Amino acid sequence: MAKSSVLSSSIAKKVAMALSGLFLISFLALHFSINLTSVFSEEVFNSCSDFMGYNPLIQYVMQPVLAFGVVFHFVMGFVLELQNRAARPIAYAKNNGSANSSWASRNMIISGLVVLAFLGLHFYDFWFPEMNYKYVEALPQDPTRYYGELVHKFESPVRTGLYCLAFVLLFLHLWHGFNSSMQSVGFNNKFSRALHKLGYAYAVIVPFGFIFIALFHHFNQ
Amino acid sequence: MSSAKNININLKIWRQKNAQAKGSMETYKLDNVSTASSFLEMLDQLNEQLINDKKSPVAFDHDCREGICGMCSLYINGRAHGPETGTTTCQLHMRKFKDGDTIYIEPFRSKAFPVVKDLVVDRSSFDRIQQAGGFVSVNTSGRTIDANATPIPKHDADRAFEAAACIGCGACVATCKNGSAMLFVGAKVSQYALLPQGKVEATQRVLNMVRQMDEEGFGNCTNTGACEVECPKGISLENIARMNREYLAASLK
Repeated sequence: MAKSSVLSSSIAKKVAMALSGLFLISFLALHFSINLTSVFSEEVFNSCSDFMGYNPLIQYVMQPVLAFGVVFHFVMGFVLELQNRAARPIAYAKNNGSANSSWASRNMIISGLVVLAFLGLHFYDFWFPEMNYKYVEALPQDPTRYYGELVHKFESPVRTGLYCLAFVLLFLHLWHGFNSSMQSVGFNNKFSRALHKLGYAYAVIVPFGFIFIALFHHFNQ
Repeated sequence: MSSAKNININLKIWRQKNAQAKGSMETYKLDNVSTASSFLEMLDQLNEQLINDKKSPVAFDHDCREGICGMCSLYINGRAHGPETGTTTCQLHMRKFKDGDTIYIEPFRSKAFPVVKDLVVDRSSFDRIQQAGGFVSVNTSGRTIDANATPIPKHDADRAFEAAACIGCGACVATCKNGSAMLFVGAKVSQYALLPQGKVEATQRVLNMVRQMDEEGFGNCTNTGACEVECPKGISLENIARMNREYLAASLK
């Protein structure tokens, strides 16, 4: 069988979707760990952020890889969604999906679209200003500015609310996504139950941890 | 003494004259249905009524009526094979319904399962997937080896047997929101992949069966797990994970 048909097969696409998801999950854990330091120490948060913002390996290797991972994950998500819709041209007049599967598993495209919209807001809030600071205005490196920028963004109750709403949808996306990724790469053995618990724990701790951080800075102005 | 009673029900059934026709949901009223009757017997009763009224009876698939042939294929009240888990439509009884209930009956919906007439769908796509590799080639010259002469670990034999319990009814496809056939193909790949007799052709088997599955127009699995819940034979998602592993390993060879 030609390698091209193997790569375009449903299983290859499923595995690619899972691997890009697991990559984003690992990045999210790093992002969360750094943000969490802002609750405990302004200095630690500033130094971590400055390292992430100016380390050449992170800036010129990991950042493009991350950008590719994000774009690949949502483009592939749309492609699979369209193919899946085409696989059932006529919908059921009555369908009881909740009888056999969770809302989160059936609506990954909805939770994914909300997370994607949130990414737009997040880039508007942090990434574009960062690019402007470093490359447009070419201002000097200031390792003390990050905490203030973060806290300033959470002054607005509307923005804080939008962030919290997006994190709830992120929780739903991860609730299914983490364990689904492991199943897709073929992981289903005696360790599956423990891994499922780890996946559910991750899906709760990280998004609700982000909500805690957002609310902490909102009410700690 | 029997606790059976008679109930009156409303039926909303997909009617479609032939594969090319545009179908629609039609409403029927059926009185005096015994709760002791099976769901398919209820449909027989409806058809008697329709024939007496000089109307076309509802076409639906059935054969053994004891849950082993995989022919019955109805989507009842939004679920493949109806409200009970672990059963086929022919094992569903009218005692599951109440007097005055409205019951929706639709064909299994999938691009790869085109409607032939009314509730009858063409599931020959499953046959073509099987023909692509769901078998073990055997020299039948008379010098075959007794299967029992090959020792197989009990654990593997049990897993293979569980996978082989798949009756190919298509409930997994019907219930999957993506119309994916991966539980069926996963079961068929697994039942051979776990046995020494199946390992010889394992690489080509999984590549060919997955290729055929994709060509038939089934959707992509997103691991909702609905197929496992609705499968009348309890085929596990473990079989999909095994197929994924088999496929990845075969792709790298």
